[in-house]
Amino acid sequence: MNYKRLTILCGHYGSGKTNIAVNMAFELAEQRKNVAVADLDIVNPYFRSKDSDKEFEEKGIRLICSDFASSNVDLPSMPADLYSITDDKELTVVLDIGGDDRGALALGRLSELIKSENDYEMLMVINKFRPLTPDADSTIEVMREIEGACGIPFTGIINNSNLAEETTAEDVLSSMKYADEVSQKSGLPVALTTVKESLYDDLKDQISPLMGMVLQKKPI
Amino acid sequence: MSEKILMKGNEAIAEAAIIAGCRHYFGYPITPQTEIAAYMAKKMPKIGGCFLQAESEIAAINMVYGVASAGKRVMTSSSSPGVSLKGEGLSYLAGSDLPSLIVNVQRGGPGLGGIQPSQSDYFQSTRGGGHGDYHMIVLAPASVQEMAQLTVKGFELADTYRMTSMILADGTMGQMMEPVSLDFDVKPAPEKPWATTGTQMAREHNIVNSLSLVPEELEQFNFARYDRYKIIEENETMYEEYMVEDADIVLAAFGIAARVSKNAVDEARKMGIKAGLIRPITLWPFPKAPFKAAADHCKAFISVELSMGQMIEDVRLASECKRSVYLCNRAGGMIPDPKQVLDSIIKVNGGNE
Repeated sequence: MNYKRLTILCGHYGSGKTNIAVNMAFELAEQRKNVAVADLDIVNPYFRSKDSDKEFEEKGIRLICSDFASSNVDLPSMPADLYSITDDKELTVVLDIGGDDRGALALGRLSELIKSENDYEMLMVINKFRPLTPDADSTIEVMREIEGACGIPFTGIINNSNLAEETTAEDVLSSMKYADEVSQKSGLPVALTTVKESLYDDLKDQISPLMGMVLQKKPI
Repeated sequence: MSEKILMKGNEAIAEAAIIAGCRHYFGYPITPQTEIAAYMAKKMPKIGGCFLQAESEIAAINMVYGVASAGKRVMTSSSSPGVSLKGEGLSYLAGSDLPSLIVNVQRGGPGLGGIQPSQSDYFQSTRGGGHGDYHMIVLAPASVQEMAQLTVKGFELADTYRMTSMILADGTMGQMMEPVSLDFDVKPAPEKPWATTGTQMAREHNIVNSLSLVPEELEQFNFARYDRYKIIEENETMYEEYMVEDADIVLAAFGIAARVSKNAVDEARKMGIKAGLIRPITLWPFPKAPFKAAADHCKAFISVELSMGQMIEDVRLASECKRSVYLCNRAGGMIPDPKQVLDSIIKVNGGNE
């Protein structure tokens, strides 16, 4: 993918934003300096970009996140260095926004600055196997709610349709029709399809662009 | 093969409740079960149901009492401190013989505790939770699929026996995401001639009440309730056995602890130690029979728990203290890892007879 300075990941909660954010940051860190991940999740105290802080440190990726993230203090709060995202133009930032419209409210604080700089992608992460977004119409309903909450229109879609560990290549292929339908009805391109690493080789000739991901959480 | 969808444990409970015909949900937010309320808030208005965020847990459980009295399938959910607040209501539901479903996605305690997973409400759940002589049917899921299945089962059992079913999960079960099939056969709710649905001037008033001022009568109510409990103990006990048949060391674990224990059993078997696992699915009624049977051939039991050791008492009672029962545990929101459980198996295996 050709990255803009800011890559903003939004979507229904559990759609896979955090896994994608972490993997995008890893990819970016191989290509450029001054890469940051902004963990702006104010909804979920578990499973967030902050959980990968050790890997970020190893790869020289800066983490912008609240001091209370992953501390078990169940407190919705924003990072002290929030404005680095918009002020420091040397940074390339992947923004991991909390789920649904409630999570996207946090992004609204930055929306005017982001839009006036105009060097961003605002990407909707979708998964057709999630219960509240099984078809194009329900997915677009969630998109509109998020846009309404943060004030930034989407510029593209990431198809991350998966059934976690059980995902097969056929599952991903069967989701392309759904992704295309979301694309047609919203008028936005499918900017990327994301799969777990083990499916990448099976699918790379059939889906483009495709990203293979190292999953952040291991099953118990 | 994609009849499955990817769900969080908490979502699976909410969707399964809707499939089971529940159209009334009352709750008050608390981590780590808030997704149940969030899901209900999104879905109930679309299907003509009622989602109501109550002013407190106490209000929510009494709203459950009201809907249950009217004969409808109804639920509330909370996490440990919130369930304590519901204790009075749970006792009133029992005293009024009302069917309902209560979900406890446990977190570390006591007190306000923390937001990480725990199983330390075992005593509270299996011994009743509120005051008086009563039980709840307590179901302990160990996967997201079971979160859904046991929710449906919980409604059915509640209606059959006119009592409260509790889903006793933990923070891990609530938060983890797994593929789920929601293809259930749901038994429709039975006739409820006792429900307060309006007499239409055609019958006597139905009275739903837990107040009983004549002790001779109140005693009879208690006797009748315990006769029913006996039938439940005989007919509704559920458990899973894993490699127990020839096991020297038998683990007892439910929920997330059972998943960890299963891995440890596999590792132990690779090392030549005959380990096995009994996973209670109903915590009340507790599956006594498999423990009694295992005690005839095993060397010892190990109860693996996310608590200071609560189920261990039931394991001792069920095995009639024929074998030593050891504890392998973490508490306060920590989870034992397979290595800790394996070390415990090795130690008990070497140190016994």
